[in-house]
Amino acid sequence: MTALTQSAPARNDRQFQFSWTDAGPFLALAVLLVVGFAVNPDFLSTTNLGNVITRSAYVAIIAVGATFVISSGGLDLSVGSMVAFIAGITIMFMNMMVPGLGLWAIPVGMAIALLAGLLCGLANGLIVTVGRIEPFIATLGTMGIFRALITYMTDGGTIPIDRSLREAYRPVYFGTLGGIPVPILISAVVALLGAFVLYKTKYGRKCAAVGANEDVARYSGISVIKTRTVAYVIQGACVAIAAVCYVPRLGAATPTTGQLWELQVITAVVIGGTALRGGKGRIWGTIAGAVILELIANLMVLSDFVSEYLVAAVQGVIIIIAMLVQRFSR
Amino acid sequence: MFNRKWIAAVAVGALMVASQALAADKKVIAVSIPAADHGWTAGVVYHAQAAAKEINAAFPDVEVVVKTSPSAADQVSALEDLSASRKLNALVILPYTSEELTQPVKAIKDMGTFITVVDRGLTDASIQDLYLAGDNIAVGANTAKFMIEKLGGKGNVVVLRGIPTVIDDERIKGFEDTIKGTDLKVLDIQYAHWNSDQAFKLMQDYLAKHPHIDAVWANDDDMLLGVLEAVKQSGRTDIKLALGGNGMKDIVKKVIDGDAMTPVETPYPPSMIKTAVYMTVANLVGQAPVRGHVKLDAPLITQANAKEYYFPDSPF
Repeated sequence: MTALTQSAPARNDRQFQFSWTDAGPFLALAVLLVVGFAVNPDFLSTTNLGNVITRSAYVAIIAVGATFVISSGGLDLSVGSMVAFIAGITIMFMNMMVPGLGLWAIPVGMAIALLAGLLCGLANGLIVTVGRIEPFIATLGTMGIFRALITYMTDGGTIPIDRSLREAYRPVYFGTLGGIPVPILISAVVALLGAFVLYKTKYGRKCAAVGANEDVARYSGISVIKTRTVAYVIQGACVAIAAVCYVPRLGAATPTTGQLWELQVITAVVIGGTALRGGKGRIWGTIAGAVILELIANLMVLSDFVSEYLVAAVQGVIIIIAMLVQRFSR
Repeated sequence: MFNRKWIAAVAVGALMVASQALAADKKVIAVSIPAADHGWTAGVVYHAQAAAKEINAAFPDVEVVVKTSPSAADQVSALEDLSASRKLNALVILPYTSEELTQPVKAIKDMGTFITVVDRGLTDASIQDLYLAGDNIAVGANTAKFMIEKLGGKGNVVVLRGIPTVIDDERIKGFEDTIKGTDLKVLDIQYAHWNSDQAFKLMQDYLAKHPHIDAVWANDDDMLLGVLEAVKQSGRTDIKLALGGNGMKDIVKKVIDGDAMTPVETPYPPSMIKTAVYMTVANLVGQAPVRGHVKLDAPLITQANAKEYYFPDSPF
């Protein structure tokens, strides 16, 4: 308790000092928007921005969870495969329940998705904490497992959702509420919850403490195992929410679903100002990071500057520049 | 203790394999293909297994063994395993990569095995007895021909290409060469990695960028699924045609149902593995001459002939 009260003024200092760095991702976002408008005025049309932000929702939602994992000093490479796996499970259960439950299969299926996500996250967490295996290796293993399971479930092809559910489920991705696309609202809620937990609760501070220095945290009476495991469980829940929003977009899960999303997620988190070595988490920065990634991709298509062969190189350069700007504005 | 147990196990295993080899004087055809990691390879696995089942039932003295491998290295090991335990009369192989598989296949050839290579060629063409593939240039060219005809020789087209590979290049080349000299204009061409999610995003961007698009060509059906979803979401009515390629069952079904936006399809059918297995068996059993190059054409699939290309039970 004393440790907390003592650190309170220090935290204010830090916030004040580093506010410029914290603003980094948002500045980068603003610069991108201006550049985008200069390149192609259509860029700022509500349809285009709506599309881009909507599709950044998956990565944003997963990245909120990853902010917890990374700030607590962990890493999760399995999220991309996990999305595919959970999407597959969700579709299979929904299809199975249609005859008995009709449209109720959708909410029940969503609940199953969430349960599956929590369990997958728990498995990752326990392997890392109780099993004491390096997060990189542990989640590389589960990444392969989840990917193989979805490939097995689909026979390498696709699992499409039952036709009778398709139209009813579509609004979860394509619908709007008060003019705002549903996935944006869902990611906003997830981010708000994430920000509350990370910034305002004891658990959030434990997370950062464990990530900053494991030994010091342990001596201060924080259970490192519990804190890290819970971070992975939060990650699992976020992946499940993303999967629930993903299914209605194309109405199917395939072995290529979510491929390489783990890299996008980690990039979004790091662009957002969270330290990859742990100890510092920035939820809103993460969200900005996810949107920045999609905006760059969008900008590449909307501009005619770059040959199709070089798109990936330019994206890489922009990401590195964004990180350098953050480093030197400190 | 542990060691001795292992030696015993290996010895028993070896005996079992040996006795099996002695018992079987069947003609053995090994089929080595990539494991199902996306729609098209899933189709290959399905059709290879179907061919094996049909042939094993039809010819009691022929045994077709299907082995899938998740990577080039695994495929090399699989070849070693297949040839170590018994004599192979023929090998039908869809190589993961050309370079890595050439030497291992040559080693099997040297044992007197008939070699059939499917789709991806080896770097040394003298190894194969029979080579069978689809025509990627025709996939692009036939799609382009249909588009030119349907749009009256002019219009704005956007193209989604796959992963930078020879297959992708050939399809694009066939398409671009065919529209040369017409008023069909390619507004945009970008990679979407044969992935429906990326195609969905790319199509959204195309729609934002270009106010008038007459036709879309995604050079693979996985991508076409994403394209159709994006077009549907936009509510745009200027897009008259959205065509794919490969012969995915969902798209062939659309052709059967007379879909207005996707009225035709071009095949690069995974079922070509079946053609290869049957031809190899024809040589082995019926002494039918099959040595040479076979290039399957990519005729337009229309409502009239779509049933021939429709496999509702296949995963692809």
